[in-house]
Amino acid sequence: MKRLCAAIITLVAVATGSGGCFSVNAVRVQPWERAALADATMRPDRDPLGTQMAEHIYFSREAASGGRGVGGAGCGCN
Amino acid sequence: MIPPRSHSPKIGGSRPGVMRPPGQFRARMFRVAFVGTALAFATVGRAQIKVGDLFPSLQAAGLDGTIADMQGKVLLVDFWASWCDPCRASFPAYGRIHADLAARELAIVAVSVDKDPAAYATFVRSMNPPFVTARDSGQKLVREVQVPAMPASYLIGRDGQVRYIHKGFHGGRTESELRGEIARLLDEKTNPQP
Repeated sequence: MKRLCAAIITLVAVATGSGGCFSVNAVRVQPWERAALADATMRPDRDPLGTQMAEHIYFSREAASGGRGVGGAGCGCN
Repeated sequence: MIPPRSHSPKIGGSRPGVMRPPGQFRARMFRVAFVGTALAFATVGRAQIKVGDLFPSLQAAGLDGTIADMQGKVLLVDFWASWCDPCRASFPAYGRIHADLAARELAIVAVSVDKDPAAYATFVRSMNPPFVTARDSGQKLVREVQVPAMPASYLIGRDGQVRYIHKGFHGGRTESELRGEIARLLDEKTNPQP
């Protein structure tokens, strides 16, 4: 009897705890909840001067220039 | 005379130490398990409003803003937010549609999902839309509808059924699609086509 009771309580606990994991809607950020994600401070290019300085340091250290960008028209041939 | 106490275990009752028949105990445990599991799955997800469903009442949604009675009108409900760039692009298009078709019993209601009232007010002030705007401050309606994207617009027929859903706003393409669909719905006077 105790074993049955423990099994049922475990089942309920697992179903309650992991119920949210069975649905994509329950775990992903909903479209109307993305105000913080859409904020300008979340953009990687929010500070152009800071980006330029970081790239300068990176290129100086790696002894290469322009490694971050890709030249050409996007055909991927260069 | 006080009867002597029996030392034999009693069946039933809710006092501690009192034994219940195993069958009753097991049935109760199964009931608890069933209710718990049902509750767990019930909280997982709500049904998304789809084409053919009745759209929830805007008057009953507790929106911040005055919503007039839209009974018998073709209704375009747009969900937007101040932080959403395509929403900003959609407002002039809805303004043009409103200017052309409002006289033909089209109503446009733009429902903001902004939690910040100042952001909502600034957006509305800057866009100055000719149609009705309201704020779903508690995000109750948007949760009920389960909008698939921002912005999302729902075109509702005179009978209150959702007839078309647009995910996002794609400039002139969305505007021309909306115009065609609205014209079809406006032409349906009393006998809506499925």
